[in-house]
Amino acid sequence: MRHLLSISDLNKRDAVLILDTAVELARASDGPMKKLPTLRGRTIVNLFAEDSTRTRISFEAAAKRLSADVINFSAKGSSASKGESLKDTALTLQAMGADAVIIRHGASGAAKRLADSQWMSGSVINAGDGTHEHPSQALLDAFTIRKHLGKGKSDLDGISVAIVGDVLHSRVARSNVLLLSLLGAQVTLVAPPTLLPVGVESWDAKISYDFDSVIPQVDVVMMLRVQAERMSELYFPNAREYSRYFGLNRDRLKLMRQESIVMHPGPMNRGLEITAEVADSARSVIVEQVANGVSVRMAILYLLLAGDSLGAGGAL
Amino acid sequence: MSSVLSAQEISRALIRISHEIIEGNSGASEITLLGIPTRGAHLAHRLAQIISGITGSQVAVGTLDTTLHRDDLRSKPPRALMPTIIPSQGIQGRHVVLVDDVLYSGRTIRAALDALGGIGRPKTVQLAVLVDRGHRELPIRADYVGKNLPTSKSQIVSVHLSEVDGSDEVLIEEGPA
Repeated sequence: MRHLLSISDLNKRDAVLILDTAVELARASDGPMKKLPTLRGRTIVNLFAEDSTRTRISFEAAAKRLSADVINFSAKGSSASKGESLKDTALTLQAMGADAVIIRHGASGAAKRLADSQWMSGSVINAGDGTHEHPSQALLDAFTIRKHLGKGKSDLDGISVAIVGDVLHSRVARSNVLLLSLLGAQVTLVAPPTLLPVGVESWDAKISYDFDSVIPQVDVVMMLRVQAERMSELYFPNAREYSRYFGLNRDRLKLMRQESIVMHPGPMNRGLEITAEVADSARSVIVEQVANGVSVRMAILYLLLAGDSLGAGGAL
Repeated sequence: MSSVLSAQEISRALIRISHEIIEGNSGASEITLLGIPTRGAHLAHRLAQIISGITGSQVAVGTLDTTLHRDDLRSKPPRALMPTIIPSQGIQGRHVVLVDDVLYSGRTIRAALDALGGIGRPKTVQLAVLVDRGHRELPIRADYVGKNLPTSKSQIVSVHLSEVDGSDEVLIEEGPA
């Protein structure tokens, strides 16, 4: 495989290989010398047509720890804001010799469009496309869950995960349902009916509207951000009501299982889907998710780019 | 295919190398053995066991994966990474003995030296191999050798160890001409 566009392109072996590679890379970059020479001479472009803090910085740190050259390209302050098309941007990047493009775009399918076109020859890594997928986030979430609850196993067999909140607009939820179920976890989606996408019954996940009854049954509570910027109409009456039914607060924290953890892909709306108290509690692994993200993204870059440049036999 | 080292010969070679390592370092207290996965790692653990049997004290032993530092990554599909496990006292100021099964071009050992540089600064780095088959492409030599085995480049040397292959044996076979 040359690209990472969707979790649905991975089989279980691929997914476990990425997680195992991330474990070793985390260890290798843990010493006094964080930098590894593995991708020296490779050029990686961060093409971010939508705002991002974590993902962009995380990919940049991952690429730099593997000694790749990183070019950051954001829509604001580039010709994209003058109306340049994705095609012309891609041709420019190809002319500059980009070995990989990490793309975040507001349109679902943008990464696939870039990969399927003949505009450029490098690898394409989807860093979030519209409301479709965010595969590297799902991989770092799986990595974090496995590290805490995996008991040394390579997969997530027998672990139950609740994904709570704005599933409708969440590419994180979509990628996570695919990946976590691929790895053997049981996923339950918890959301008001208005924030579930059409066709959600066909996903490999249970659905519940009652957060309180789900909490004691799961090992992981993954909160999703309420994506106000994607909401053109009213999905719930008001923020207070949403918090009351679907927010994670002190009382709900008490309902959680002994060893269970709280996750959030960030950025958080503190006070809306999660209270500050819970976000900063001992159960929260939200900051650790960010640290793990760098290792997982190093693994993705290593597996896609370290081999021969024709990409004929990538490890994925 | 012919056998060049039997199980008994491998065991004798490892005992001799263990004595040489102790002699060369005036004891084993400052030694850290680092095996290169997969088979070098098993050899390192065997050496550690023999050395601690001789000296009566524990020997620091670990593994060092060289994949991320290889110079031939681009010519092959990416390989899965193997564990790197550095003993708790680290390698700073230690006498590090790298352990591998076969010494050939020397490129793995060059990668291992680079990998060590990212971890710390050992006092010395030494090299122990079960088989030295010649054809070096870099100025690298082994300090401890189980058997010097003259080969042609077309031949294939394979080391079998009981931990991975079920039995101990070193074989040589004619490769594609």
